[in-house]
Amino acid sequence: MNVFLAQQADRIELPAIDYAAILPMLIILGAACIGVLFEAFLPKHQRWPGQVVLTLLAIAAAGVALGAYVGGSPAEGTTTLSGTLSIDRPALFLWGTLLALALGAVLLIADRSIEPGGAFVAQAGIAPGTVQDRAQVGSTGMQTEVFPLALFALGGMMAFCSANDLLTMFIALEVLSLPLYLMCGLARRRRLLSQEAAVKYFLLGAFASAFFLYGLALLYGYAGSVKLADIANATAGTDRSDTLLFAGLGLLMVGLLFKGSVGPFHTWTPDVYQGAPTPVTAFMAACTKVAAFGGMLRVLTVAFESTSWEWRGVLWGVAIVSMLIGAVLGLTQTDVKRMIAYSSIAHAGFLLIGTMALTEDGLSGTLFYLLAYGFTTLAAFGVISLVRDSTGEATHLSAWAGLAKRSPLLAAVFTFLLLALAGIPLTSGFVGKFVVFSAALSDGMAPLVVIALVFSAVAAFFYLRVVVLMYFSEPAADGPTVSVPGAFTTAAITLGVAVTLLLGVLPAFALDWAGAGGFAIS
Amino acid sequence: MAQGGPDAGLGVYLPLVLIFVLALAFATLSVLLGPLLGPSRFNRAKFSAYECGIEPSPQPLVGAGRMPVAYYVTAMLFILFDIEMVFLFPYAVSADALGLWGVAAATLFIATFFIADAYVWRRGGLDWN
Repeated sequence: MNVFLAQQADRIELPAIDYAAILPMLIILGAACIGVLFEAFLPKHQRWPGQVVLTLLAIAAAGVALGAYVGGSPAEGTTTLSGTLSIDRPALFLWGTLLALALGAVLLIADRSIEPGGAFVAQAGIAPGTVQDRAQVGSTGMQTEVFPLALFALGGMMAFCSANDLLTMFIALEVLSLPLYLMCGLARRRRLLSQEAAVKYFLLGAFASAFFLYGLALLYGYAGSVKLADIANATAGTDRSDTLLFAGLGLLMVGLLFKGSVGPFHTWTPDVYQGAPTPVTAFMAACTKVAAFGGMLRVLTVAFESTSWEWRGVLWGVAIVSMLIGAVLGLTQTDVKRMIAYSSIAHAGFLLIGTMALTEDGLSGTLFYLLAYGFTTLAAFGVISLVRDSTGEATHLSAWAGLAKRSPLLAAVFTFLLLALAGIPLTSGFVGKFVVFSAALSDGMAPLVVIALVFSAVAAFFYLRVVVLMYFSEPAADGPTVSVPGAFTTAAITLGVAVTLLLGVLPAFALDWAGAGGFAIS
Repeated sequence: MAQGGPDAGLGVYLPLVLIFVLALAFATLSVLLGPLLGPSRFNRAKFSAYECGIEPSPQPLVGAGRMPVAYYVTAMLFILFDIEMVFLFPYAVSADALGLWGVAAATLFIATFFIADAYVWRRGGLDWN
């Protein structure tokens, strides 16, 4: 016993923590904890204003901390917390993207003018169709827990983008996923659909996490370490079991591709996008995609670059399947939210092409695409939340017929966003596709780029179908009304449209930021 | 080379895989053969709930279909405290070696943990009647 204690008495070397580098993440997670305390100790009527101010302040403060750090940060990046987090240029770019997108999403979440009391129900646990459920339809209470949940998810996403070992990455994956599962089930209208979305997302997400964990375990067996850099070193040698390596990588990628809603791992996407409250869908569609592809970029670039010849063929197939599913099934959708969901599956295929290029251009192109796509889809869901009838949002496409005659401004904004999703010049979507495809071309993926162009054209058809429907159809007599958005939603949609236009006309500065440096390899 | 040594490869797992395949085949066959070979004659009794309490519908007015799961909060709190202990135990073992920094880290961890507890307490999670 004494011997044991004597051995323990040696000082353990403490990890050095670069507080300035991780300050943005600490602010977000700290504010989430304060948000929980708000929920516990503030009286009911003060919770909503308190949470809104706290959440917006936290995101702004994290943005300022990030801006202050970027100026003096080392160009090659730095690792901190014993190498578990890697704060390099791609991570900083992704953090900025996440914070900006989360700002827009939180504005949508905070809006209470379109729906009295907000898009969130007061008590999500009540079974739909029961007496209590009918009683709470009229109430204007709202579950303000959604704000700390969003902050926790955001903190998890930031950690996910900069995680430098697989175990940290797994923890971050859970921190970002668990709040999202809950938030899906909080919709005020169509409770059954919303609860179904939450359960589906949770069950399938749990499966995906299990896949990720199995992959992690096999890779640990292969390399003897969960650190990305150690796995990269191990793949350089030839004396280990390739079975473990590729089984592990395959399972790991299933988990990551699921989060990025890449087909054939996309099956949750349409149901969850449709059932979740629209502001939460906007948050998921924009931010989760950024986090998932940020993590994928880092894993593939840092840990598996030397084996790219072995896995690239498989990812070719996955990208083609994803574009095929997104573009073809998107054609058959009659619900706007489901249509945008399939569009996001097609976009995931395009993003995957940039992700597997593993060149400087591929990295910067994918980062730019994530920024551009995030803002466009955020604003699109903001617009969708405005078209309503007596039962809530009118998401069926037939309700959108002739909308341009009722509300020319809304139809024009939505048309612009759809054109951006289709990739028409002068929008950010065109520049994004251009940089990703040209990076893929210069990395010898010409056939894949040709296929991607074909599917872009197919996908453009269903975006244009909505535009034609809005402009050249007669409005239905009992059609939906277009709500006048409050300040929050107006701000969010304006932000999304402005960034989509700005990145389409003047993309150079954002491309410079995205291409400022590569991943820290250590 | 000794079986199971570091260089044995994955071959040693073959029997395990075979067992899994056998188990899977047996389970699949048993499930599939039943409906295929057995006669299926339904009557009212067969459709009723079997030894599982009362009929679930129509749903009662009081409680409105929500089942009173009084213990789930307790169970979840138990898990949380359990996990807290799991993390504090390794700290306690090497508290000497970690010094003041360890105390600060553990305090921070416990403080974060009690934020969640404060929420449960204020929202009535501890009112067990």
